[in-house]
Amino acid sequence: MSSENAYFVPHDAKWPIVGSVGMTLLLGGFASQLNGSTSASNVMIVGFLILVYMMFGWFGEVIDESESGTYKSNEDASFRIGMIWFIFSEVMFFAVFFGALYYIRSFSVPWLGGEGSGVLTNEFLWNKFEAAWPTNGPGDVGGEYEKMGAWGLPAINTLLLLTSGATCTWAHWGLIANKRKQLIIGLALTVTLGFVFVGLQMLEYSHGYNELNLTMGTGVYGSTFYLLTGFHGFHVTVGAIMLTVMLVRSIKGHFTPEDHFGFEAAAWYWHFVDVVWLGLFVFVYWL
Amino acid sequence: MNKLKQLFAAGIASTFMSSVAYAEYGLNMPVGVTETSRQIYDLHMLILWVCVVIGVVVFGAMIYSMIYHRKSQGAVASQFHESMTAEIVWTVIPFIILIVMAIPATNVLIDMHDGSESDMTVKVTGYQWKWRYEYIGEDVSFFSSLDAKSNEARQVGSDIDPSTVENYLLNVDHPLVIPVGKKVRFLLTASDVIHSWWVPDFGWKKDAIPGFVNEAWVVVDEPGVYRGQCAELCGRDHGFMPIVVEVKTEADYAIWLADQKNAAAAAKLAAIEDLDPRELKRKGKKVYRANCVACHQKKGEGVPGVFPAIKGSAIATGDINEHINIIMNGKAGTAMAGFKDQLSDVELAAVVTYQRNSLGNKVGDAVQPAEIAVLR
Amino acid sequence: MTTVTDSHDDHHDHGPAKGWMRWITTTNHKDIGTLYLVFALIMFMLGGAMAMIIRLELFQPGLQFIDPGFFNQLTTVHALVMIFGGVMPAFVGLANWMLPIMIGGPDMALPRMNNWSFWILPFAFAMLLGTFFMDGGAPAGGWTIYPPLVLQGGNGFPFMVFAIHMMGISSVMGAINVIVTILNMRAPGMTLMKMPLFVWTWFITAYLLIAVMPVLAGAVTMLLTDRFFDTSFFSAAGGGDPVLFQHIFWFFGHPEVYILILPAFGIVSSIIPTFARKPLFGYSSMVYATSSIAFLSFIVWAHHMFTVGMPLEGELFFMYATMLIAVPTGVKVFNWISTMWKGSMTFETPMLFAIGFVIMFTIGGFSGLMLAIAPADFQYHDTYFVVAHFHYVLVTGAVYSIMASVYYWIPKWTGNMYDEKLGQWHFWLSTVSVNVLFFPQHFLGLAGMPRRIPDYSVQFTEFNMWSSIGGFAFGLSQVFFCYIVYKTIKGGEKATDEVWEGADGLEWTLSSPPPYHSFTTAPEIK
Repeated sequence: MSSENAYFVPHDAKWPIVGSVGMTLLLGGFASQLNGSTSASNVMIVGFLILVYMMFGWFGEVIDESESGTYKSNEDASFRIGMIWFIFSEVMFFAVFFGALYYIRSFSVPWLGGEGSGVLTNEFLWNKFEAAWPTNGPGDVGGEYEKMGAWGLPAINTLLLLTSGATCTWAHWGLIANKRKQLIIGLALTVTLGFVFVGLQMLEYSHGYNELNLTMGTGVYGSTFYLLTGFHGFHVTVGAIMLTVMLVRSIKGHFTPEDHFGFEAAAWYWHFVDVVWLGLFVFVYWL
Repeated sequence: MNKLKQLFAAGIASTFMSSVAYAEYGLNMPVGVTETSRQIYDLHMLILWVCVVIGVVVFGAMIYSMIYHRKSQGAVASQFHESMTAEIVWTVIPFIILIVMAIPATNVLIDMHDGSESDMTVKVTGYQWKWRYEYIGEDVSFFSSLDAKSNEARQVGSDIDPSTVENYLLNVDHPLVIPVGKKVRFLLTASDVIHSWWVPDFGWKKDAIPGFVNEAWVVVDEPGVYRGQCAELCGRDHGFMPIVVEVKTEADYAIWLADQKNAAAAAKLAAIEDLDPRELKRKGKKVYRANCVACHQKKGEGVPGVFPAIKGSAIATGDINEHINIIMNGKAGTAMAGFKDQLSDVELAAVVTYQRNSLGNKVGDAVQPAEIAVLR
Repeated sequence: MTTVTDSHDDHHDHGPAKGWMRWITTTNHKDIGTLYLVFALIMFMLGGAMAMIIRLELFQPGLQFIDPGFFNQLTTVHALVMIFGGVMPAFVGLANWMLPIMIGGPDMALPRMNNWSFWILPFAFAMLLGTFFMDGGAPAGGWTIYPPLVLQGGNGFPFMVFAIHMMGISSVMGAINVIVTILNMRAPGMTLMKMPLFVWTWFITAYLLIAVMPVLAGAVTMLLTDRFFDTSFFSAAGGGDPVLFQHIFWFFGHPEVYILILPAFGIVSSIIPTFARKPLFGYSSMVYATSSIAFLSFIVWAHHMFTVGMPLEGELFFMYATMLIAVPTGVKVFNWISTMWKGSMTFETPMLFAIGFVIMFTIGGFSGLMLAIAPADFQYHDTYFVVAHFHYVLVTGAVYSIMASVYYWIPKWTGNMYDEKLGQWHFWLSTVSVNVLFFPQHFLGLAGMPRRIPDYSVQFTEFNMWSSIGGFAFGLSQVFFCYIVYKTIKGGEKATDEVWEGADGLEWTLSSPPPYHSFTTAPEIK
């Protein structure tokens, strides 16, 4: 801890309880919806709006405090360490789905096809099945489908995301050099590329559902494909929204070359999302 | 609460006075009747004694210290708080002990994985909540579920004293039969959820996993009846799907096998004949009691929210073909399993007829075994 | 360095807010710690009540009271409540109360998030417990929620999944807060290797939490999509594997059990030196041992699944790796005994619980070592032997350490001494009854009684009766514990600042009870 500075301990946190209520309504509503309730979507919407309200309120308060100079190097260090560990938790979340993909491709599908310790499984239960990837399993779950190619939209998307990583860093350089215009243009480009990515991803999904008959129900291939890319797409959306907030703040004149943790946090997150995509491109689309 | 009191009085009384009544209870792992089970028992005893010795030393030192190094004894605290030597010693010694334990464990494990050169193969399939045994290459297969007496006694509030039931919860209607001294290979799988096939006297349990086949084997040394249970939580009646294995001499086994084959042939003939609806209902009641009652309950009332009622249900009083379809093929996404493989044509026809004309339903139609046979 | 907690002028000398809103909007680490501890106690009693019904049904063979389906719901929710609602929040509560004080900081690093970490929990548990009243009842597939069984659940299933998500969010936020606090809020001079072991063990625990809670979240998400969105992760027909879930679950689950025990190691390492009036033996080896245990916890998960039919190499690897855990765990036990050796011991309630911990946790460790031996595990697996094992490590381990820490620190928290005589009674009642409760379960398991069954063959009657009697006595002893805590909060002999004669650590330099803001001026570290 550096000396002289008092560590800022805020009081009267009103937002957490609002967030808890919002989260409970959103998830509880979703659960009821899944159980077949017809009115639950209203509960979900209310919950979602409360969560959005909470985020505006909570982050607004933090931004105000930040702009009024409440945070010194100590607080800044806390935010940084916190963000790093948060991203680590996200890494672990994605690791589960990559791990599942790995297990399915290296163990369960080959076993079902009679390799290794799966000889008896194949002989007695799935006699006609031959291991291959992609697959919708020995039960042909979801019916005929086509594989999602790697070198169409996904390749373009890879390019988009990599470029957005570069523009984000370029914007950061602008911020450090106090070139506000470079910052704003860089950020605007990043955000645009991000949302274009999400749009293309949606296009790809509609292509998958409508033309390839590749759905979440297409055996393990469809399952891993949509869950991995879907959670990634969700994270891209969140990251793009974070960067949009940073863009608005930049336009408003927030951040200084020395003190701009909010921007950095969003940028770190963005790079993280970028790296995850590279993994996806290699293991889900390409190989 | 009166019931509670009585129960406690009875319970406490029997705990203290009737060790004779439960003289059979075990304290330790059974030695078992296979080479593997004996090896495992030895391994178990080895680790147990190693733990006991370490425990005596460790707890002995602790107790010594607690007696002599207490303030009330006038002990003055030393201030030592580090010793590299000690740390190394108590890292290395346990490590060596572990290696000593790992060697026999490894050998046993390698042995157990060797299912080759078996004399016969039985495929074991777990169902909610019974077992199916198929003798590969012999055209003999049957289901094995909890025996009727235990089943009656184990119902909530049955008022039957379990100690009056022979082999309570450890008896089945149709035990698995295998020959003594032969290497029997088991192929384990399941049709619905994960089960686990365990006979303690054989020395192992192995999970029965839907969609996959696991392998295990035994060579049993002495004829006898060996009992076990499902060991993996598999739903409501997980506690009520025992395993009974009758190990017979080779000659007795051959006789038994021939009997089974004859019975199977007779059953096939029976399936062609039409039956009187009343006869179907009568048979159906038996089938219902054995297969459906766990979920749909004795009077067909079901369990609200979990298991739908048969009584007055849209399916059991509606289109008969749909009714047959659900019973034969199950309903995806629910606990309702398909009974196509579990029941014979006669049994299926009987239970459908029973459900439509009993349990408060009065549809009045019936289905014959031959009609079921067509649908297979 | 002069640290004032709050630079806002109007907030100088800020005390607690007035009224009940204080507890909802508080950002104070002590308030939040108290909330966590009270919540944990309520959950502990609730989970205990479920255990009482379970033991009641198991008192005699035959089904006397409850339906087998409801029995399964009880065992499932009992475990979830005890683990996620009892032990984990209790440790987080202790961390909240003690960490900032032990490292000489003013508060937790991220106070508002700290509030949210707690306030998610009551909502998550309301959701989980609410499933009892839904169609189909509460989840009944065991706390390990293995598919395909758990997918057969009723309307409660998605609620359980989301409740677990919420608990995960809460835990991850809490753990991030702990790590940031330890890394960033230490008083000048408080180097990492000077931190009390409780801080160290929590640091490592927090790392484990952040690493594995998202894994659980991912696993239950796949369950949800398998049930409602047609995916096939855990279905062979689609190319998946039910065992895949078990691998993911136990990749979370094994570190999770260390999450439940590492803070306990820290607590015991604080208490034994105090009452032995002698510094902890082998401080640095304790730190390294804890780290090794944490590392090993990531590569042993499949020892929970020896019977699923893994290839031989897999079984050998997981057996060896698991056996290795005995080494660092042994180091810890030996260090504790060496700390006691040639000390000048007194046996107040915290020390009794700490010694009870060392002995009975070690018994649980022994049965753990036995379970590690894969061929023998083919017999032990899914029997009452396992039930006995994990209750020894979790009840007489984790829960005993929590009891010990409550007695140890409650004079500091409240400013009042607890009633020593009642504390001793509580210890002896608990210790006798808990052994009557769990020790016979070893025999039951070895004799062949599977776990998770509502009814059993008559040869198991006698030990089950003993176990139930022990269970009821243990349950009552904990009601007694609630009374002792209540009595201490209400009043009692005033505690000194140091409280214990041999106590060492920053918490004993503050007044009892400590000021609302812990160290407004950073203390000097020797």
